[in-house]
Amino acid sequence: MNQTAIKTEKPSKGVWRYLLPVGLLLALVVVFYVSLGRDKQTLPSPLIGKPAPQFELPRLDDLSLPISNAEFAGQMYVLNVWGSWCVGCRQEHGALLQIAQRGEVPILGLNWNDDREAALYWLQSLGDPYVASAFDGEGRIAIDWGVYGAPETFLVSAQGEIIHKHIGPLNLQIWERDFVPMMQRAGVSGK
Amino acid sequence: MSALKPNRFAPGVAGFDRRALRTLLVAALLILATVLLRQPASAIDIAPAFEDPVQQARYEQLARELRCLVCRSETIADSNAPLAADLRRQLRELMGQGKSNAEILQYMTERYGDYVLYKPPLVPRTWLLWAAPVLLLLGGGTAAAVVIVRKSRLPDTDPSDPGLGVS
Repeated sequence: MNQTAIKTEKPSKGVWRYLLPVGLLLALVVVFYVSLGRDKQTLPSPLIGKPAPQFELPRLDDLSLPISNAEFAGQMYVLNVWGSWCVGCRQEHGALLQIAQRGEVPILGLNWNDDREAALYWLQSLGDPYVASAFDGEGRIAIDWGVYGAPETFLVSAQGEIIHKHIGPLNLQIWERDFVPMMQRAGVSGK
Repeated sequence: MSALKPNRFAPGVAGFDRRALRTLLVAALLILATVLLRQPASAIDIAPAFEDPVQQARYEQLARELRCLVCRSETIADSNAPLAADLRRQLRELMGQGKSNAEILQYMTERYGDYVLYKPPLVPRTWLLWAAPVLLLLGGGTAAAVVIVRKSRLPDTDPSDPGLGVS
């Protein structure tokens, strides 16, 4: 009895010696493989569910006129952070124009750290999807909104809460998938 | 049963343990030297500094605690990105308003999340992260000690070693 117990125990110990490193390697492979598909660029915003920071800035098209997001109080709006220097903004511009045309929600522009002339030329040559663009030449309001890279698009509810933030170029698929359902949900609960 | 297997722990225990100890000591000294000789990185901040050296030191220290969110692996003290410059300006202004270090770090995390802190906060979610160096050192150290002690207790079969057979 005793001898058979030793006999069965010894080989199993030897097997573990080989299985353990292989198992560890496999675990690492799984971890790395899963990490491959993970988006490490997009940082979650701590502002989701918080009141949207208030701002008052000069309008891009007329610096003598102020524009404030307080003007949108009581209605849902989108704040899109853009700059004429930003490649991703160029990419999403067509989608923004289409969204603006659908008229579901007003898009407020935040022109971030931009050259004003270049920004005006951009809107003139590519089309203007914004109800208005605020000129944030020093990037102060962008910091308040936790902006770290344009384009960034915020959805603000009628209650003035940031309910969604999209980082990177927008397109109609993303709009339909993320923004539209959220707008419908917020619209129902808001009334 | 014991006759089937030669006892490998018997020969020259004392002599070989001394050698194992020396190896461990050298390893420990190397680790200590790496820690002590570490050079602090110098900042590339070109913005006008505070006149008061105490404030300037505080400013530099805070700038080294905040991450540039564009470059990710750099602090705002080390980064040339426009956002880093904006955040440095914000930092100077907050200091100018007399905000405390905690208030400034809170201001940044309220907007950018914990990720903006170059040094992650000690919260349950980061316990493993903070414990990792100690755990790895303990694990590796234990493994190394076990291997070194075990090998040193094996009979020395290297003929070129003058210590052959000495116990």
